[in-house]
Amino acid sequence: MAELPSWRTINHACIVFQPGNASEYLTGDWRSRRPELDKEKCVRCGRCWMYCPEPAILWDEVGGYTFDYRYCKGCGICARECPYDAISMVEECEE
Amino acid sequence: MSRDRVSLEICEACAEAVRLADVDVVAAYPITPQTHIAEVLSEMAADGKMEAEYVNVESEHSAMSVCIGASAAGARTFTATSAQGLALMSEMLYIASGLRLPIVMALVTRTLSAPLSIWGDHSDAMSVRDCGWITLFAENGQEVFDFTLQGFRIAEDERVWFPFMVCLDGFHLSHVIEPVELIEEEEAREFLPTYKPKYRLHPDQPVSMGCFAMPDYFSEIKKRQDEELKASYDVIIEVWREWESRFGRSYSPIVAHRTEDAEVVVLIAGGYAGTARLAVDEMREKGLKVGLASLKLWRPFPLEDIRKTLGHARLVVVVDRALSVGGAGGPIAGEVRSAFFHEEKSPVVASFVAGISGRDVLRSDFEAMVRKAFEYLDKGDLPYYEMFGVRE
Ligand code: SF4
Ligand code: SF4
Repeated sequence: MAELPSWRTINHACIVFQPGNASEYLTGDWRSRRPELDKEKCVRCGRCWMYCPEPAILWDEVGGYTFDYRYCKGCGICARECPYDAISMVEECEE
Repeated sequence: MSRDRVSLEICEACAEAVRLADVDVVAAYPITPQTHIAEVLSEMAADGKMEAEYVNVESEHSAMSVCIGASAAGARTFTATSAQGLALMSEMLYIASGLRLPIVMALVTRTLSAPLSIWGDHSDAMSVRDCGWITLFAENGQEVFDFTLQGFRIAEDERVWFPFMVCLDGFHLSHVIEPVELIEEEEAREFLPTYKPKYRLHPDQPVSMGCFAMPDYFSEIKKRQDEELKASYDVIIEVWREWESRFGRSYSPIVAHRTEDAEVVVLIAGGYAGTARLAVDEMREKGLKVGLASLKLWRPFPLEDIRKTLGHARLVVVVDRALSVGGAGGPIAGEVRSAFFHEEKSPVVASFVAGISGRDVLRSDFEAMVRKAFEYLDKGDLPYYEMFGVRE
């Protein structure tokens, strides 16, 4: 970890000058339950993708929707919103 | 230098200073006794006398939020409020300071309810004592005009970048018509050039403001805020000196009157200092060695000036227009005591709470407080504080 700044060198008003650096923060660390997709049930409506509060659901023409577990925090919103029950939440420790 | 003095209601004088400051955005929600400031500014904007965007917001929380957004985008911004309005925007006051945005606000001081009161005291100002704004108390209309204009200059100085609040007593100042010396638009431009923010929300140089900070950063951020708010003192003094050379009126953190040889000094902030000054002169005629300290600068707290002005006195009578309910003294008295706690020679600090919710404090009341404090001192039973003039 880089050395932490002193009060003299910390950015004025804690302004962040590097755009988009929130992506360095991996919210996937928070997850206790993991969404899993049943590709048989999924109709690719995109509802989960719209509701996901993180950039954790990815779209790809060929493979359809997949989860990016680096950012998925396990909130379960996608599972709740899916009209076809294609997503189930699985306890991380149950593996 | 002699200038014309014009009769203005003090709220109007404040609005005139805002117009001369060439603000970009005003966002305000009307509340008694601040209303006339909002009213006059909205008229000026509607009539094209001021090239500012006047945002009619639905609450004071929104008023401060609009100011924060506008200021973050680089606009010169102003708002005004009172009492419950200030309480409602208090969340955003901390944010304005944390983001170091040079917003200027007039706080027309009024009692915080309940029971409902529209009258003046300093309970609202004291409730946001720790929010990190530069805070001044004005004693008269001229000071309201001068401090408001100076506020933009001080707040926007790159050594400062703090929001700035000028407190003026509800009704006793806000609604009083006084002669005020104005300045010309050109003079105002020279004194207060266009605001050029170093950091602002702009796509050419993207920045994020007000981000999340983990505990291993927060203390350093607060320490920097604290050190820099204290350091703004020097800039305030510098701007006051310049103001004096331009316009002939001088200011200091505490304006002292007959304190040099005083045995007892009365200290008060705001408009009631005017009455106190007359009371001091009367007491002097009666042979009492009394002086007055009119406190102008509240944040950053002028520790050294307090020590210098009051240090030689035997007794300091602090009159607070706010009660710290269940506390150890009036808010100003508490800080004055702290200023002397480590000093070898310290005056006794008597704390009276008076002038709550617009109740008059007469010349005779100031004398009564001074005499009472001496009595307590002689008997050796000075209370931590006393609410003066309350019916038993
Ligand atoms: S909401 Fe359900 S059906 Fe729609 S794309 Fe997501 S997983 Fe597939
Ligand atoms: S669990 Fe939450 S964060 Fe993870 S993919 Fe679903 S909606 Fe997104």
